[in-house]
Amino acid sequence: MSTLCEQILGAPAGEYVDRPVDLAFAHDGTGVLTRETLREMGVDTIPHPERVRLIFDHIVPANTSITADLQKELREYACSSGIALSDVGGGICHQVMSEGVVRPGQIVVGADSHTCTLGAFGAFATGVGATDMAAIWASGSTWFRVPETVRVTLAGRLDGAAEPKDVALAYVGKLGMDGASYRALEFLGDGAAGISMAGRLTLCNMAVETGAKTGMFYADDVTLQYLAGYGVAAERQEPEECCAAASVAIDLDAVAPLVAVPHRVDTVRPVAEVAGTPLDQVFVGTCTNGRFEDLQRFARIVRGRQVAVRTIVVPASRSVLRQAAATGVLADIVEAGCMIAAPGCGPCLGAHSGVLGEGEVCLSTANRNFKNRMGVGGEIYLSSVATAAASALTGTITEPEGA
Amino acid sequence: MHGAGHAVCLGSDIDTDIIIAGRYLRTKNRSVWAEHIFEDLDPALAPRLAGAVILAGKNMGCGSSREQAVIALKEAGVAGIVAPSFARIFFRNAINVGLPVIEAEVPCREGASVRFDLDAGWVEVDGDRFPVRPLSPRMIEILRAGGLVDHWRSQR
Ligand code: SF4
Repeated sequence: MSTLCEQILGAPAGEYVDRPVDLAFAHDGTGVLTRETLREMGVDTIPHPERVRLIFDHIVPANTSITADLQKELREYACSSGIALSDVGGGICHQVMSEGVVRPGQIVVGADSHTCTLGAFGAFATGVGATDMAAIWASGSTWFRVPETVRVTLAGRLDGAAEPKDVALAYVGKLGMDGASYRALEFLGDGAAGISMAGRLTLCNMAVETGAKTGMFYADDVTLQYLAGYGVAAERQEPEECCAAASVAIDLDAVAPLVAVPHRVDTVRPVAEVAGTPLDQVFVGTCTNGRFEDLQRFARIVRGRQVAVRTIVVPASRSVLRQAAATGVLADIVEAGCMIAAPGCGPCLGAHSGVLGEGEVCLSTANRNFKNRMGVGGEIYLSSVATAAASALTGTITEPEGA
Repeated sequence: MHGAGHAVCLGSDIDTDIIIAGRYLRTKNRSVWAEHIFEDLDPALAPRLAGAVILAGKNMGCGSSREQAVIALKEAGVAGIVAPSFARIFFRNAINVGLPVIEAEVPCREGASVRFDLDAGWVEVDGDRFPVRPLSPRMIEILRAGGLVDHWRSQR
């Protein structure tokens, strides 16, 4: 009997395997080094361009002429080598790949650490560096050590105040920043069925913050229904009785709104404990919480009111933006006094559009609060969308209603 | 696969953002990364990295997959990194650029003399020897070739 990783990679945990890769993507940041490495390797043609994607999301649109030149070169490279390019405004790589591209059972690699997000589809999805990516584009395959698995068993249902993000913060707090190093997280249990695809993507997104190679859900009715919306047919996956290296149990009913306080993602506290902390900026977006469901939740809370602090909202993709525009969600957010930025990573990586100044404090729905990540001397608290919305309205960290 | 150098001690959970900040990533000029290495942690660290073996705490290199972090360390002259555990993307990246990464539990004394031999499976700090968790044969092969690019070229 095997874990989901073992089923997909076709070997027991601990073994090294060579496997063809179904999808391999890089973004404007890691794509540059991948391209350079291919040049050094002397590789001119990519044997399977249909499996490869380039997705511009990290600094979009370009912020300096240096960035613009690098993107121009990469754009030309995509065109000449037959690689599909998602250009500026298309969205964050993990979100774009989640919109009907990745399927259950696939092996997916991305030159970005949060590629684990896509394990939400029951795929083996993991991050690699640019050199590995170059070798994968050149050969179509790569090696993996089949990881041991940590089973995270979810029971019950989330109530009104807590969101999947709070569950993610809860397990990162429990496991710690290296609690699942080299391992895979599997989310299963009765509670899994009640979590939407968006919620699953949020949960798997933060797996790497525990050191895990990936985070995974078994494909079930929720997955199949979501994929059917994109015209993709897929099959269910069933968990087998087995052999996890460790297990963690989370009672969804008992999860309360949480925040990760600076500068570690595993120093997690109930929102109540840091309530009242003054904020300079609120940021809603990223591959963790920039989906339509997130924007909708945010809009529902701020509708008809005014934010008390500068608030930047960044849809995770063009399709999220389109949905937000079509449903009035976007108008509610703009009316509440928030700034909307182009779909992409936004200020998450501290390179543009919302960098923090010395001593400034930001409440963000992202996944990392490392020192200086959003700007030198800035402090980052991580929370759910509901906590971010409640806090935007008061200008200090505030518990969401119903907590 | 062996090497030596003076010890530079680092703590646990050193993330790749702190090794090289996101604001310096947008270039192809590798010397920029070595120039700004650990800038936000301790600007006095960079000059001590030439010929050093870094002795870090657990979960070395966590966070972003940016390969610029291992390139910066290599360009700065680091001869190897010893830690009780590494973040896996960082670990793979280091091997791919030919930077020896050594999983071992060792005490850290700043400036101590460190030697390692990955074939024999040991690391020494001021003459005290500690066992090393072995690398897979393929990782050793890539390291020995000087990184994945040279390994690829040698296979064609
Ligand atoms: S949104 Fe942030 S964490 Fe996600 S891919 Fe972009 S930079 Fe990375």
